Order: sequence, then C-alpha cells, then structure tokens
Amino acid sequence: MADESKPPQSPESSKPEAPPTSPAQPPAPKSAAPPAPPGAAKPTPPPPKAPPPVQVALENDLTKRYHHRFGAAILDALEDRKQPYLVIDSAQLADIARYSRDEEKFDLLEDYTAVDWPRRDKRFDLIAILYSFPHNTRLRLKIPIAETERPASLVEFWPTANWLEREIFDMFGIAFAGHPDLKRILLPDEWQGHPLRKDYDILRQDTAWIRENLGIESGQ
Amino acid sequence: MGNALQQEDTTKKNSTLLGADELVINMGPQHPSTHGVLRVKLKLDGERVRATECVIGYLHRGVEKIAEHRTYQQFAPYVDRMDYVAAVSNGLGYCETVEKLLSVEAPPRARVIRTILTELQRIASHLVWLGTHALDIGALTPLFYCFREREEILKIFEKYCGARLTTHAFRIGGLQYEAYDGFEKDVERFCKNFERRIQDYVDLLTGNSIWIGRTRNVGVLSAADCIALGASGPVLRASGVKWDLRKAQPYAAYEQYQFDIPTGTNGDTYDRYMVRMEEMRQSRLICLQAIEKIPEGPILGKVGKVLKPAAGEVYHSIEAPKGILGYYIVSDGTTQPYRVRIRPPSFVNLQALDKMVRGHLVADVVAIIGTLDIVLGEVDR
Repeated sequence: MADESKPPQSPESSKPEAPPTSPAQPPAPKSAAPPAPPGAAKPTPPPPKAPPPVQVALENDLTKRYHHRFGAAILDALEDRKQPYLVIDSAQLADIARYSRDEEKFDLLEDYTAVDWPRRDKRFDLIAILYSFPHNTRLRLKIPIAETERPASLVEFWPTANWLEREIFDMFGIAFAGHPDLKRILLPDEWQGHPLRKDYDILRQDTAWIRENLGIESGQ
Repeated sequence: MGNALQQEDTTKKNSTLLGADELVINMGPQHPSTHGVLRVKLKLDGERVRATECVIGYLHRGVEKIAEHRTYQQFAPYVDRMDYVAAVSNGLGYCETVEKLLSVEAPPRARVIRTILTELQRIASHLVWLGTHALDIGALTPLFYCFREREEILKIFEKYCGARLTTHAFRIGGLQYEAYDGFEKDVERFCKNFERRIQDYVDLLTGNSIWIGRTRNVGVLSAADCIALGASGPVLRASGVKWDLRKAQPYAAYEQYQFDIPTGTNGDTYDRYMVRMEEMRQSRLICLQAIEKIPEGPILGKVGKVLKPAAGEVYHSIEAPKGILGYYIVSDGTTQPYRVRIRPPSFVNLQALDKMVRGHLVADVVAIIGTLDIVLGEVDR
C-alpha cells in the first residue's frame, strides 16, 4: 500500500517520475540550458543562456508578518512566476488558517487540492489557494505531509473545504482530522485505491467492485 | 401529534421511514430536472425539506488523471468536455494557464478574438440555463426562444472552427484559426438582434406573477454564506458582492472594455435570474465593443511545437459563466504536466444546495438546482 515502487508501465504511463525533492523545495529545473537539437548542425552553437530561476525567495510585508507570527512554522516563502506561496508546517495548519482568514483577510478558500510526490519523505503536498476580497490578492499555502499524517481539517474556517477535502480523501487517501463527514465523493464508497496517487496506474480499476456492482467483466 | 413532530424532527437526524417523522426519498440520478446525473437524497417532513445529501460522481472520467498522461497540447480538448455548454470558456482558462506556465502571452489580436468568442459562449451558456431553468419551473416557451438564439451563436462557432459544442477553439499561445471573412458582421448581426430577443424573455418572465412566486425568496444565500461556501459567479453577485474576475484580475482583453457588474440584493432565485439576464446584456456590449477594433497582427505567439515548461507551478482562474474556473498546473520540466487540478465552479457551487433548500418545498429543490446552473460534466470531471 505504502510502497514507492514504480507502477507497471503501460504505454500510456511512460512518463518519467519527477525528481525527488526536499519537502521545502519545489522541483528544481532539470537542465539549465536546453541542449542543441541533434539534427541541427549549426556552425555556431547557440550561446548558453541560463534561464533565470523560476522559484525565487520572497520577502515582503506579508511574508514578514507570517514569519514574525509563526516563526519556524513558515518553512519557506517563495515566488513562482510572480505567484507567492508559503510552505508551512502541517502541525500549525489550523492556526495559520485561522490567522490567514481573520487577520490577513483571506476570506475565500478558492481551491484546496494535493500533489503526490511518491519518492519524497513527506509524500504529499496539500495546496490551499486563498483569495482575499478586500486586497484582491492570492496566496498559496503549501503543506507537505507524510503519508500517514492526518492534517487538520479546514472546514471550521472555510466551510467550502468540506467537499474539497472529501475529494482529496477520495483521490489521494489523505484523511483530515476533524472533518464532519469524511467519505468518498466522486468514486463509490466501497472503491479500493486512490486514483490520483502516482502509483495508481491510469488503466487500473477496482475490478472486483465493477464485477459485483455493474455485472460486467471490465469497465474498459 | 403535530407539536410532537415539530419538536422531534430537529433532534432526530437519522430516523427512517419507520421513525414516521421523516421520509427519505431519492431525486435522481435519472431525473430530468437535475440537469444530468445528479442524485439528491431528500429528507422530508411532509413536503418540507429538512436536509439533503448530494451523491455525485456518476460522470467521473478522471480528467485530472488523464491530464498527467497527455502532453500539454493533447490535454486541451479534454477540458471542453467538462462544462460542455461553455467549452470555449474552459479552453480559455486552460490555454491561459499553460501560457502563464510557459511565461508567454498570446498576441493582442488573439486575445481580442478570444474575448469575443468567450463572451458569446457566456451568452450561450446563460441561454441554456434560462431555457432549462424556466422549463423546470413550468414555463415551456422560453426554452424554444433561448435555443433559437443559442443556435446563432453555435453557428458562429461552427463557421469559426468547425465545431459547435466541444469547440477546442483556442491553442496554447493564441489561436489556430484566423477569424473568417464576415466574422465581425455575424457577431454584429447577432448582437443587434439579441437586444430585442432579451426583451422577449423579459416580457415572458420578469413581471410574470407565477415566475415571481416561484423564485422570490427561494434559495436565499447571503453574501457571507456565499464566500464561506466558495460560491462564485452569478450566485455570489446576486447576493450583493460586486466582484467579477474580469474586473478584479483582468485576463484576455477585458481590461479594454467597459461593462458593468450586475448585482442583486436578496440573493434569492429571482435575483440570480436578474443578474444573469443583465450579464447577457453586458456580454453583448463587450462583443460590440470588441468587434469595432480587432487589432491586426499574428494570432499565434512563439511557443514552439514541443512544450516543456520550466519546473514549477502556476494557478490561474477566469470568470467562467458559472463562476471561478481555476487551473493549478504543476510542471516537472517534461512535456506532460505533473499534476493538473481543475477548480470547477459547478462542483463548489453545488455544495451550497443543502443550505439553500432547507425549509423549502420539494418543488423548490428543482428551482434551486436550476438557479445554481450546474453542469454535471464539470461537477464530476
């Protein structure tokens, strides 16, 4: 279940795994300069121009306030393509959420989702996208969590998290502590497996469930 | 007996038919007024709805999983199949997000044509909503008028890109097709006619006492509730929040055009009706402004044939006809996205259903599902 083995490679899923990254860091660019195309025998090689780093450290009033308030719980403050995000410690998730909503006026939880990094220590990133109506700004919270961890539910702060967390539970198998009604939402309740995990092959399905409930051999 | 019932029904949550004070019945999944395969479990006390539970997922196709196994360009047609009555809007959101990921921008001409098509799509989507919503409530006539006008828009789409419903109208970096000869004329003719046509709908419904009786004070949602539940789009504006992503964080070419953000005051079904009607008028005005001057120039920016965005992530959202449509894409530097998350407006708005129907009659559930304007293809993805 908690394996990090590679899924069976079907023609459809021949995509390479992403490089393992540390919890606090987004994936680093693989190669600084693109290699010259093999077919193009140009007399002058293109000048190696290293693209500017995409993720840069961010320091502004907002991040200072967060750092000041939560100290080490703010693991990192970064900017990616001009979009700010904070990497935060999951233990303080509830406090940071309450502070974000009440003090920083991020009154809308626009989206809440997860990303699977199977080779990392902390396997999942929870991604909360906050929007502030008064300031017309967005902030992303990135919460690395281990596979067995039960992060605090955000339903108390943003009721919209109810279905969003159920979807994360359904697709990734992350259980939220304190969620009022944590069950699958898109897949049938008895379904086995969590499809958006990277080790769930795209052709995989719960054959037993399909046989029993649909009376057919395969859903494909 | 009656008193005892009233006292009990608030405390007994999970009583069954045998409890005799609460009846649980299913609405859907095959029910014409649930606009697709939505199943709502209604807990009833007589005709009153005490609580509901939505059962969704019947149309789940695993769109986000598919995205991880396609290249960026290959995935673009899939997004058309989410909100299939507003495919152009879905495509716009996706293309712009990938453009942000690549740090490129579509050329000005492409952005204006995108804006025109997206606003036409907003009108088409609202027309489907109006026709079916009125039909649910018992007014048969508007449906035929609405689909007549929508047909004109679909014809423009067909002439533009060959498809009517799942258009795949845009490409990452701009457009594939140049606007056809007479495009502006077609849009102008539609807009000119449409002014009178909206008046027809207004005559049919706005002052109609049955319509008012079925929609006023039905499914009321306050502004605070909307924000807490994440409800967006016309639902949010009908509650009095003057907020629209086209104004708040303009994308495509919206910053060039003048338009109003209509709002309501009560946040009831009637207000949402009025807001959407006015939105159609505003979309018409945007189209008229846009066709006046479509800038010359290329329609496709320099993006290359193989897209390999630098590793990282980006979130971008647009004001789709139904609300905030967001895309969150993580790239690992390869040609295929590492993760695509779609924030569907219908899914989040549907969550407000329970709050809106409590205390109303069963027949109002139909009106409230209609007023939320959900598309199950997008709810389930």
